[in-house]
Amino acid sequence: MNKTLKNTSTADRTSKYVTIVIIAVLYVVLMVLDNLKATPGSTFGKILTMLIPVLRKGAIYSLLCVSMNLLNGFTGLFSLGQAGFMLIGAYAYAIFSIPAGDHAAVYQYFEGGAIQFSIPEILSGVLGNTAGSFLGAIICILIAGVVAAVFAALIGIPCLRFKSDYLAIATLGFAEIIRAFFQWDGLGRITNGSNLLRKYTSFSDMKIVAGETTVKFGTVFVFLIAMLSILFIILLINSSYGRAYKAIRDDEVAAEAMGINLFKHKMQAFVISSFFAGVGGALLAMYQTTVNAAPFKSAMTYEILLMVVIGGIGSVSGSCIAAFLYIACNEWWLRFLDSGSLFGLVDVPFFRDGFRKVVFSVIIMIIVLFFSRGIMGDKELSLKGVLKKRQRKKEAKAAQAEGGDAE
Amino acid sequence: MIAKYLPYLLAGISVGGQYALIAIGYTMVYGILRLINFAHGDVFMIAGLVMVYSSASLPMYIAIPLVLIATMILGFVIERVAYRPLRSAPRMSVMISAIGVSYLLQNCALYFTGGLPQTYPAIPWLSRSVNVLGATTKMVTVVTPVLTLVLVIVLVMVIKYTKIGMAMRAVSKDFETAQLMGIKIISVLSMTFVIGCFLAAVGSLLYFTNYPSVIPTSGSMPGLKAFVAAVFGGIGSIPGAVIGAFIIGICENIIKALGWTTFSDAFTFVLLIVVLLIRPTGIFGEKATDKV
Amino acid sequence: MKKRIIALVLVLCLALTLCACGGSGDGEKQEASGNKTVVIGVYEPLSGDNGAGGKQEVLGMQYANYKFPTVEINGETYDVKLEISDNESSNDKAVSAATKLVSAGASVVLGSYGSSVAIAGSDTFADAGIPAIGVTCTNPQVTLGNDHYFRICFLDPFQGTVLANFAYDELGAQTVYCLGQLGNDYDQGLINYFSEAAKALGMTVITESFPEGNSDFNSYLTNAKNQGADVIFAPTSISYAQLIVEQAAAQGLTIPLVASDTWDSNVVMDAAQGKDLDIYVSTFYAEGGDPEFEAGIKEWINADSTNLSNNGGNDMLAAVTVMGYDAYLTALEALKAAGTTDPGEVMAVLPSVTATGITGEIKFGENGDADRNTAFIKTANTETGVWDFVTVQSVA
Repeated sequence: MNKTLKNTSTADRTSKYVTIVIIAVLYVVLMVLDNLKATPGSTFGKILTMLIPVLRKGAIYSLLCVSMNLLNGFTGLFSLGQAGFMLIGAYAYAIFSIPAGDHAAVYQYFEGGAIQFSIPEILSGVLGNTAGSFLGAIICILIAGVVAAVFAALIGIPCLRFKSDYLAIATLGFAEIIRAFFQWDGLGRITNGSNLLRKYTSFSDMKIVAGETTVKFGTVFVFLIAMLSILFIILLINSSYGRAYKAIRDDEVAAEAMGINLFKHKMQAFVISSFFAGVGGALLAMYQTTVNAAPFKSAMTYEILLMVVIGGIGSVSGSCIAAFLYIACNEWWLRFLDSGSLFGLVDVPFFRDGFRKVVFSVIIMIIVLFFSRGIMGDKELSLKGVLKKRQRKKEAKAAQAEGGDAE
Repeated sequence: MIAKYLPYLLAGISVGGQYALIAIGYTMVYGILRLINFAHGDVFMIAGLVMVYSSASLPMYIAIPLVLIATMILGFVIERVAYRPLRSAPRMSVMISAIGVSYLLQNCALYFTGGLPQTYPAIPWLSRSVNVLGATTKMVTVVTPVLTLVLVIVLVMVIKYTKIGMAMRAVSKDFETAQLMGIKIISVLSMTFVIGCFLAAVGSLLYFTNYPSVIPTSGSMPGLKAFVAAVFGGIGSIPGAVIGAFIIGICENIIKALGWTTFSDAFTFVLLIVVLLIRPTGIFGEKATDKV
Repeated sequence: MKKRIIALVLVLCLALTLCACGGSGDGEKQEASGNKTVVIGVYEPLSGDNGAGGKQEVLGMQYANYKFPTVEINGETYDVKLEISDNESSNDKAVSAATKLVSAGASVVLGSYGSSVAIAGSDTFADAGIPAIGVTCTNPQVTLGNDHYFRICFLDPFQGTVLANFAYDELGAQTVYCLGQLGNDYDQGLINYFSEAAKALGMTVITESFPEGNSDFNSYLTNAKNQGADVIFAPTSISYAQLIVEQAAAQGLTIPLVASDTWDSNVVMDAAQGKDLDIYVSTFYAEGGDPEFEAGIKEWINADSTNLSNNGGNDMLAAVTVMGYDAYLTALEALKAAGTTDPGEVMAVLPSVTATGITGEIKFGENGDADRNTAFIKTANTETGVWDFVTVQSVA
C-alpha cells in the first residue's frame, strides 16, 4: 500500500517535470519554425509554408473545441451558438484594433466609422511597437471574450430555460440573429455592415525588430493564448464547479436534489464557454487578417461539433488532437485530391475540385459510425497516465516473475 | 390594395406549403427517434438534383416518379447505414451522424455539379403563369397549398387508421414497450424515413419549380426553416408542423413587405424563441414530463 | 474484429494520403520537355457562391496556358505551370488557399473573382513577397495601399457611376430599386457607388438586401413595383441572378433589370431565354471584339467535356474568361520583363509592364490599377439567347 502511494507521487513529480520540458521544447520549436527561412519551391519550403498556418489554425480550433466541449461534453448543455459568439469576438477584436489612420479606408462607406482609436496603436505609442501590439492584442482579445460573454449572459436568460434540442435550436437561432445584426447597414459605423474589417493587428505584427534582425513570434503567440485558455478550462473542470457541471450532465434532477443551483451553474458554464469562443473568434480574426460575418454560419458550429465528437465528447486532449488532425487534413494533406493527379504522375479522372471534401466527409462518417466514442473517448491523454501504465506493467511483470519464482 | 399585398400573401402561402412538406419529415423522425435529422434538408436538395439530371435524358412522366422513388430509397439507405448502427449509442452521436450525412450529401452534390448552379427543368403544367386576382404568378404557387393539405390529410388518415400508422404511434409513445408488444421497430423506422423523404421529394418538386436553381446548399435554409416550423408547431405533431410552416412562410413575407428585409431570417428565429418562451414545447406539443 | 479491420483500413488510407502528399511534392519537378518550370498561381473560387464565375475565369487562363505553354525568360525557355487553388469564395478558407500557392513557389498570382477573398488573401501574398494580378475584383480596397496587388479591370466607383448614368440617360429612370445580398461586400459596395451617382443625378434610390440562402424574391420584386421603381439594380452573384430573373418573368415584371459584370454569364442568359424581360449588364468585353480569338477558345472549350461543363454547358464566352486570358498574358509579359522567376523582381517590374490583351491595352496606373475608362453595356436578347451589344459607356 505504502509502496504504491510513493510510486504514484514519483510518477506525479516526473510527469510534471517532463510536461514542463515538453512544453518548453514545443515553444522553442515553434519559435524556430516562426523564424526559419526556406527557399520557396523546395520540398522543405513547401512543407514549412503550409505547416505554419495549419499549426496556427489548429491551435485556434483546439481552443474553440475545448470551449464547446466544456458546454456540450462536461455540462451536458447542447448549445449550437458557437459561431455567433466567435463572430462577436472576431468583430470586437477587429473594431478595437484597426489603426486610427486606416479607419477612413476600412469604413469607406460609413464615413470612417464611429470608433476612432486603436488600442494596440495607443499602447505602441507608449511602450514601443512590439510591446504595444503584443499587449494591445491581448487587451483586445480580452475585450472580445468579455463582449461575447456579456451577450451570452443576455442570451442565456431566456435560452437556458429550454431543454436539450430546444436549447440547441434556440442558440442556433440566436447565432443567426447576431449575424443578421452585424451585417445590418444601420450598425455600419461600428460593424462596417456587409464589408470587411481589415488592417488590424494580426499575427504578422507579432515581431521584435532590433536593427537588421527581426524575430517573429506569431505562432508562439497563438499557442500561448490558446494554451493558457485551455489550461484555465482544465482547472475549472477539475474544480468543485467542474464537478457540479458533470453532476448536471449526468442527471439534472439528482444534481438539483444535491443542492446544485441548476440555472446558476448552467449560466456560468455558458458564459465561460462563450468567453473562450469569443477569444477563439478574436484569434481567428488575427489569423484571417480580414473579418466579415458571412462565414460565421451554422456550418462553422457543426464543424467544431464534429471535431469535438471525433476527439471524444468529454475529453480535452481528444478535442485538441482532433482539431489539429481535422485542420491538417482539410486544409493541407487532402488538398492533392483536388489537383487531378496522384503522385504528380498519373491523371486520375475523378480527382477534381471537391473530391477532397467527398473523401473527407466519408472519413468523418466512418469515424462517427465505427468509433462513436471518438479518438479519446472520455479519457485524457496525460503523461501521468502513460507513466502509471508503464509502472503497472512493470509491477505486473515483477509480480509474475515473483510468482514464477515461488512456483 | 389587394393587388398590392396579394403577391406577398401568395408567396407566403406557397413558401409555407413547401416548408410544411419538409417539416413533416423532421417532425415524424423526431417523434419516433428523438433525432433532429439535420440531413433532411439535404435530401430535399438531392431530390432537386436527381430531377435536374434525370429530366435531361428522360421524359417528364418518367423523371418525376423516378425522383420520388430515388429520394425514398435515399432516405431508406440513410436510415440503414447512418442511424441504425447507432441505435444504442448516446443521442448526441446520432445527431452528429446526421450532421455527417448532411456534410456528405452536400459535398457529393458539390462534386457532381462542380459547384455550378443547376437550372431546374420547367414542369409543363406547374410552371405556367396564372393570374390570381390581378397578381401574376406561377401555377405552382396555387397548387402548393392545396397539394400540401391533401397530402397531410392522407398522411393523418394513414397514421390514424392503418396498421403501420398505429405501429408508428405506438413506437413514438414508448419505444421499448412497443417492441415488447411485437411491433417490428425496424420496419416502422424505415417506413418513417421513406414517408418523410417522399414528402420532401414532393416539396422539392414544388419548391424548385418556383425557384429553379439548385446549388449544394439549396437545402440548408429551407431545411432549417422547416425545422423551426416543426419546433414552432410542437415537434412530433404533424398538424403542428403544417400550421407552423404556414405561419412562418406568411410572417416571413409580411416582414419583407414591411421593408425589414435585412431581418427576414432573423425574425423567424425571434418568433421561434418567443413561442418557446410562452409554450416550451411549441403550439401543439405535448407537455413533457420528467421521469425520475 | 470488424472494428479493427476498419481501423486498419483507415490508417492505411491516411498513410496513403500522406505518401501521396510527399509524392506530389517530388513528382512535379521535371517536365517531359526538360525545360525549367515557372509557376503561376491561380487563386480563384471554384466552389461556393462565386464558383461559377471563378471557373469561367480560370478557363481563360487555361486556354491562354494552352496557347502559350512556354515563356522566354532571360534567354531560357520555361514551361509555365498553372497551380490552381480553390478559395471556396470564403474568407476563412482564403488564407490556406493562398498559402498553398506560396508553398508551390508561385512567381506571380492571378485572381481572384470576388474582391472579398482577394483582400483576404492579400496579406499572405504580401508577407511572401509575391505579386498578385487581380482579374475581375472591382473593389478599390484590393489595390489601395497594397503595393503587391495589381488589377487589370475597372473599379466599382467607375462601374457604379456608369450604370447610374446608363439608367438615367438611356432608361430615363427616376426611381431605382437596389437589391443586394446581405453580408456580400461586392453587392453592397457597388450599390453604394451606384446610389451615390444616382442621387447626384437626382434619382430616388431605394435599397434593400436579402439574407444569404434566400430563394424567394417575389416579395422583393413586389416591393420594387409597389414603390414605383423604374429600374431594378441587382448586382448579385450568378446563382441569385438566376432566381431573380426566373421570378421576375413569372410575375410578368415590366421594370428593366440592370446589373453588373457578375450577370454577364450564360447561366443568367439561359434563365432569361424565351422570357419577356429587359436585362442590361455592364461588362469588360463584348462578344465579337476579336473573332479569331473567340473561334479559337470556343473550339478549345468544345473539345473537352470538363471545360464545357465548367463554362456552364455551352460555348458562350463570358467576359471574365477573356479577362482571365488577358491576365495570363500580362503575367507572361511581367516574367519576360523581369528576366527571372523571382517574385520580388516580377513585382518590381510590374508597374511598368504593358500587355496587349483581347480587351485592349493593359497598362498599370495609379495604385496598380489598369487604366480602364470604358465599360460595355449589353442586353439580353431573350429570343436568340445571346447578349447583344448596346453601347460603350464611359465617365467623363
